[in-house]
Amino acid sequence: MQLKTRHFGTIEVDEKDIIDFPEGILGFEYIKRFVILGKNEEGNPFHWLQGVDDPDIALVIIDPRTFKPDYVVEVPDEEVEILEIKDPEKVLVFSVVVVPEDLSKMTANLSAPILINIENSKGKQVVMDNEEYPIKYYFMEELRKVGG
Amino acid sequence: MLALTRKKGQSIIIGENVEITIVNIEGEQVKLGINAPKSIAIHRKEIFEEIQKENKKAAEVRVVSLKELWEKR
Repeated sequence: MQLKTRHFGTIEVDEKDIIDFPEGILGFEYIKRFVILGKNEEGNPFHWLQGVDDPDIALVIIDPRTFKPDYVVEVPDEEVEILEIKDPEKVLVFSVVVVPEDLSKMTANLSAPILINIENSKGKQVVMDNEEYPIKYYFMEELRKVGG
Repeated sequence: MLALTRKKGQSIIIGENVEITIVNIEGEQVKLGINAPKSIAIHRKEIFEEIQKENKKAAEVRVVSLKELWEKR
């Protein structure tokens, strides 16, 4: 299918790459389908979470374990029942990134990761109850130490 | 707003399948137990609003290349 996006113009999206978010994501509850863009950029941990139901919306995401290897997602089982997780290894974890003018001040939301079960292409943003993981986490310092 | 008085251990039912129970009361804090269908998301309001706001801010991103973000570090 074709998507007329705000950021990338008209792009071709393979139906099988579409991820279902039955609850949308917070603030964009009406967007039930997303697709991940930029997976092919070798070594680059940043991706786009592009809205399918609203192609004007695209968010930068990053796996927080890129800069915080000990990051763990802990949520009650009921929270993620909708994802039907059988194998936790098959779940992608992303933080939503706020990109300000000054790129050195980018922040990642560690408090509400986006989980995607690649076995059934279902996604959900979960909210964690962990004070160690702030909504605004400045990660550029740590990212600088990552090779590649 | 409807206001109901409940004691510890008592519940209210909303619609047919949402039940909220007063599990415990300690000083200023009330612990609630919630039984609801999986399709209903339940969040603490202030955190929920903060994350909504943060996602919206993330969506205001200008046109930028992922390469630029990665090489910026």
